[in-house]
Amino acid sequence: MLGFALRRFVQAVIVMLAVALIAFSMFRFVGDPVNQMVGMETSIEAREALRERLGLNDPLPLQFTRFVTNAAQFDFGTSYQFRQPVADLFAKRIPATLELSFTSALFALLAGIPMGIYAGLNRESWLSKLFLSVSLIGISLPTFFIGILLIFLFSVTLQWLPSFGRGDVVEIGSWWTTGFLTVSGLKALILPSITLGLYQMTLIMRLIRAEMLEVIRTDYIKFARARGLSNRAIYLRHALKNTLIPVITITGLQLGSIIAFATITETVFQWPGMGLLFLQAVQNVDIPVMAAYLILTAFLFVSINFIVDILYFLIDPRLRVKQA
Amino acid sequence: MSKFGKSFAAIFVAASALAPAAQAATLKFAYQGPLTQLDPYSLNETFTLSMLGNVYEGLIRRNEKLEIEPALAESWELVDPTRWRFHLRKGVKFQNGNDFTADDVVFSVDRLRGEGSDLTSRLPKDTKVEVVDAHTVDFVLSSPNPILPSEWETMFIMDKEWTEEHDAVKITSASDTTPNYASLHANGTGPFKVTMHEPGVQTTFEKFDGWWDTAKHNLDKVEFTPIGSDATRVAALLSGEMDMVYPVPVQDLKRIDGNGSTRVMTGPELRTIFLGMDQTRDELLYSSVKGKNPFKDVRVRKAFYQAIDIDGISQKIMRGMSTPSALMISPLLFSRSGEFHRYPYDPKAAKALLEDAGYPDGFSIGMDCPNDRYVNDDAICQAVASMLARINVKVNLNAQPKAKYFARILYSGGYDTSFYMLGWTPPSFDSWNILADLEACRDDQGNGGAFNIGGYCNPKVDELAKQILVENDPKTRDDLIAQAFTLTHEDVSYIPLHQQSLAWGVSDKLTLAQRADDQFLFRFVTKN
Repeated sequence: MLGFALRRFVQAVIVMLAVALIAFSMFRFVGDPVNQMVGMETSIEAREALRERLGLNDPLPLQFTRFVTNAAQFDFGTSYQFRQPVADLFAKRIPATLELSFTSALFALLAGIPMGIYAGLNRESWLSKLFLSVSLIGISLPTFFIGILLIFLFSVTLQWLPSFGRGDVVEIGSWWTTGFLTVSGLKALILPSITLGLYQMTLIMRLIRAEMLEVIRTDYIKFARARGLSNRAIYLRHALKNTLIPVITITGLQLGSIIAFATITETVFQWPGMGLLFLQAVQNVDIPVMAAYLILTAFLFVSINFIVDILYFLIDPRLRVKQA
Repeated sequence: MSKFGKSFAAIFVAASALAPAAQAATLKFAYQGPLTQLDPYSLNETFTLSMLGNVYEGLIRRNEKLEIEPALAESWELVDPTRWRFHLRKGVKFQNGNDFTADDVVFSVDRLRGEGSDLTSRLPKDTKVEVVDAHTVDFVLSSPNPILPSEWETMFIMDKEWTEEHDAVKITSASDTTPNYASLHANGTGPFKVTMHEPGVQTTFEKFDGWWDTAKHNLDKVEFTPIGSDATRVAALLSGEMDMVYPVPVQDLKRIDGNGSTRVMTGPELRTIFLGMDQTRDELLYSSVKGKNPFKDVRVRKAFYQAIDIDGISQKIMRGMSTPSALMISPLLFSRSGEFHRYPYDPKAAKALLEDAGYPDGFSIGMDCPNDRYVNDDAICQAVASMLARINVKVNLNAQPKAKYFARILYSGGYDTSFYMLGWTPPSFDSWNILADLEACRDDQGNGGAFNIGGYCNPKVDELAKQILVENDPKTRDDLIAQAFTLTHEDVSYIPLHQQSLAWGVSDKLTLAQRADDQFLFRFVTKN
C-alpha cells in the first residue's frame, strides 16, 4: 500500500513539474509584461530598468528554477498589475469561486437527478421530450451565451436578479467571505450557478436516464416487480441506487472542472473569483497570477486523481493482488 | 381600509418618500478595467489617474473644458524665464487631518522622480525644487519651458508625514514581495476619500468633509465596480443597477439611448488614431518589394493616404462615432488646427501616384494592428486593407492582442513592423509632445522620438521643435507649431485617421461633465 501511494506521489510530482514547465514556457508567447505595467509614454530607460528589476533579463533556466523553488514554498511572487502578493489575491478570491462551484454542483444534482429519473421512466411523455430538448441546449450553447441570455431576461427585462457581482457578503473569520447569509448574496448566486451548472445538469440527467433505461430492463427489477413491490420502492430504492455509481464518479470528476473552468461564467457575471482574476491576468500579461492559477488548477486535478487512485486501491482487491 | 391599515400605509408612504432622498447621493458606476492600485506614481494611465484624481490633487487642476485652474497652488508666476514660483493654498488639510505645506510638495516631487515611478515625465529631469517659505515653492529649470505645469493636474501631492509614518516612501515595484501601504490606502487633499479598496473587485469612496473647495456635487458615497464583459456592463446600466458605465461599445449606443431612462454621452476624445509606415529601413521587413523601401518615397505614402476612404470608415465602422483628422493632434488642443485639411480621398490619384513612384502593379505589405486597444481597431485595419487592394496594394493583416502587439512594434521589440496602427494623446495636451515623441528623428536605440516607430526624420521639424520648447510667447509659439505641422503634413510622416468618440452610458438621474480626456471626476456629478 505504502509503495503504491509513494509511486503515485512521485508521478504526481512529475506531472506538476511538467505543468510548471509548460506554463512557464507559454509565458514567453503571451506578450511583454512591461508594456502593461507602464504608461505609453514611459521612457525606454525606465522600461529597461523595470525589466531588469523583474529579472526578465536573466537566463531562462535561472528564471525557471527561481519560479519552481518559490512555487514549492507557495510563494508565487507579486502581481504585476495589483502590486500585491499573488497568494493573498488568491486567498481573497477562493471563497467566491468555491461557493459558486458548490452551488452549481448542487443545482446540477438536484435538478439533474429527478429530471433523469422522470425521463427514464416516462420515455414518451411530452415533459421528457421537453427535458431532452432543454438538455440539448445545455450541451450545445456556449456558456457565455447562456449567461448573457439569462442576464437580459432576468436582470434587464424582468429586473428580478442582479446582473453582476456577489451582492453583500458576510465575513466569517479573517479568511472567508460568504454570500449565503444575505438576501442579495443569495439572489446574486442564482444566475451564475445556473449558467455554470447547466452543462453538468444536462450530463447528469442524460446519464441517469440512460442508466435508468438500462437498469429497469434487468432481471432483478423484473424480480422485484414479481415480488409485488410498489413502483416507488422499485424505482427509487433498487433502480436508482444502481444508476448512481457512474453518476458519483462523474460528479466527483466534474467538480474539479467546475472549480477550474468557472472562468467564463465568472467573467460574464463579474463574479470576483479566481477565474476572473486569471482572465484579467491574461489580458494584462500578469505572469505571476497566471502561473499561480495554472499550478493551482493542476494541483487540484492531481490531488483529486491521487485520492481517487488511492480509493480504488482500497475498494478494488484485484489491484492489491496484482501488487503482490 | 382598517385604521391599522391606514396608518401602516401612511408610514409606508412616508418611508418611501424619504428613501430616495437618502439613497440619491450614492453613485454606482462601472468601468471596463480594474483600478489596480492606489499609489499615485506607479502607473501613468488615464483611468488610474482619473480615479486617484478624486482623492489626490495636484498644484493645478483642469475644469470641464480642460482649462487650467488653481488647485493646491493659488497662483504662480515666472520670476525669471527658468524660475517658476508657486504660491500654495493655505489652510488645506489632508484627509488624515495633516496640514498641506511646501514640504509635502518637495517630498512628492522627489518621490515622483524616484525609482519605480512611472510619472517621471511630469517634469524635466534636472529641475530643482526650492522651498521659499512654508507656502511658497520655486521650480528652477535648466532651460525655459512655457508649458511646465500643463501635466500637473495628475502630479498628485502626497502627505510627507503619512507616507513616512507608513514606510511607503519607496514606490512598490513588481519585484517586491510585500505590498506598499500607499498602494492599498490613499490620503489626499481631494473631494473624496477611499473607504474600501479590494483590487479588481470593488473600490468605495466617501465625501471628504474637510475639502478646501466648495463641493458642487451632491454625492456622499461612490461605489466603483470593474465589469470586464461589455454585455454585462451595458445590462447593469439598463437594469438600473448602475448609474453610469463606460466605455459603451458602439453597437449598444442605440439600445441605451432608446431605453427611456438612460442616455449615451458622446464627445470627441483627445486621442488621435493613425497609421505609421517604416521609412528608415533600406528594405521593408514585410513586403514583396526587395532591395528598396517604397515608403521612403513620399508619393507612395501619399498614395496610401489618398486611398483611404475616411468618411466610409467613420460611417460604416465607427457608426458616426469618430471625427476624421488632418493633424496628429486633436483640434481641441491646437488653436490653428482649422487651417489644416486632409488630402482628399481619391483612389485614381492614389493609383497615379503609385505609378509615378514605379509601382504600377502595386506590391504586397504586412500590416500590424491591435485588436483590443482602440475602438474597432481591427475592423478599421481590415477596411484599410480592402481600400488599399483597390490600388493594387495587397495587405497581409496581422491583428494581435495589445500585449503581444506593443511588445513587437515598440522599441523593446526592435520596431518590428512595416505598417502599423497607433493611438496617441499628448499627456501635456500640447503639440510639442507630438513633435518630440512621434515626429522627431530617432536612432536604432530609440534615442530621439522614441515612439516614432516608422522612423520619420526631417531635421527642419526637429529644429522647429527645439524653438517651440523654449518659446514663451504663445502667438509665436503657435506659428512655429503650424510651420512644423505643415512640414509633416507635406511629408506625409503619418496617415492620421480620426479622433474616436467617448461613449459613456449614463442614467437620466445623473448630470455630469464629460471631459475630452476621458477622465471621470466625481466633483462634476450631481444625482437626483
